[in-house]
Amino acid sequence: MKDWPLFEIFIRSKNGLNHKHVGSLHAADAYMAIQNARDVYTRRNEGVSIWVVESKYITASNPDESEALFDPAADKVYRHPTFYELPDELKHM
Amino acid sequence: MDNINSLEAKFQQRIDDEEKIEARDWMPEAYRKTLVRQISQHAHSEIVGMLPEGNWITRAPSLKRKLALLAKIQDEAGHGLYLYSAAETLGTSRDEMLDQLHTGKAKYSSIFNYPTLTWADIGAIGWLVDGAAIMNQVALCRTSYGPYARAMVRICKEESFHQRQGYDILLTMCKSSDVQKAMVQDAVNRWWWPSLMMFGPNDSESPHSAQSLLWKIKRLSNDELRQRFVDMTVPQAEILGIRLPDDKLVYNAGRGHYDFGDIDWEEFWQVVGGNGPCNKQRLQARVRAHEEGAWVREAAMTYAEKIRSKKETSAA
Repeated sequence: MKDWPLFEIFIRSKNGLNHKHVGSLHAADAYMAIQNARDVYTRRNEGVSIWVVESKYITASNPDESEALFDPAADKVYRHPTFYELPDELKHM
Repeated sequence: MDNINSLEAKFQQRIDDEEKIEARDWMPEAYRKTLVRQISQHAHSEIVGMLPEGNWITRAPSLKRKLALLAKIQDEAGHGLYLYSAAETLGTSRDEMLDQLHTGKAKYSSIFNYPTLTWADIGAIGWLVDGAAIMNQVALCRTSYGPYARAMVRICKEESFHQRQGYDILLTMCKSSDVQKAMVQDAVNRWWWPSLMMFGPNDSESPHSAQSLLWKIKRLSNDELRQRFVDMTVPQAEILGIRLPDDKLVYNAGRGHYDFGDIDWEEFWQVVGGNGPCNKQRLQARVRAHEEGAWVREAAMTYAEKIRSKKETSAA
């Protein structure tokens, strides 16, 4: 028998907030994944909306490339408002 | 070889810096193996742990108790699932883990090989067994492997109701009549020592513990956790008016902890080795449920495929 595929589960805890990854589960199809996610991840009012996606469709960045991907942001202090020294009397900026 | 050594040194540095390790990060094979073993054992314990309680769903003394017990058991199914999923991120499959449980290769917490004889046992399990589990699980919220730590946080949030519902059962019985209080005492007599065994062998007898602590898979040693549990539980027993069955249990002002008697490790190893009162029954129940559910899993998959192919045909 074919195994039930793995789904990644994302829950919106309340309107106004992003869906957030909460974990994964196996289900025969996406509809069953939503039903199972409702039972597994929202038993105590943790959610108002559920997204499910089969794990195989997620492309993840490689941890070995973390430096190349993320380090360049570290030396760009001018992207932050605190980089700019302005006179104290300047308001609302 | 140098390469491996430097990778391992880097890995240990990340652990020492309290960085979490995530699924796709490099990790030593032994770290991966230890985690798979520990997380899957933990998952199996949640699943097998449903069995002694399931015994009492239809016999709970009121609708309120029945609802609470059902909710608790449903949580345990969920907890098993969080943990299986966490283990799967390490490259093992659900089928592989279930197979190891069903063939007896993988262990689960040996506490679940004891029988639940009266309703007071359900209270004692919630108070002592879940209490001991929580003690262990709270420490594991800080474990170094990210997916395991996140599963533990979720579990701890849900688990505290389990202990309270157990204690509430016992409190009600202790206040109700001498006969019921005697039932509570009897249940506590039977569950106390196995609960202490849940923390595992003494540190001196637990060879893998040191490495697990170094890798921060475990955050506290077996004996530290056991001591914390005893210290926490003694005052709770006093509120119930129940005696914990240990003549050597006494507060040691010098240590600032309760001293307690020697654990019967012979019994522990007997139960771990498959000779507990219910080992066969528990495993049989698991295997039967898995086998009898096979057609459901297959039917669901066949139905899902049918729907998929129908959609494809109508789209074409």
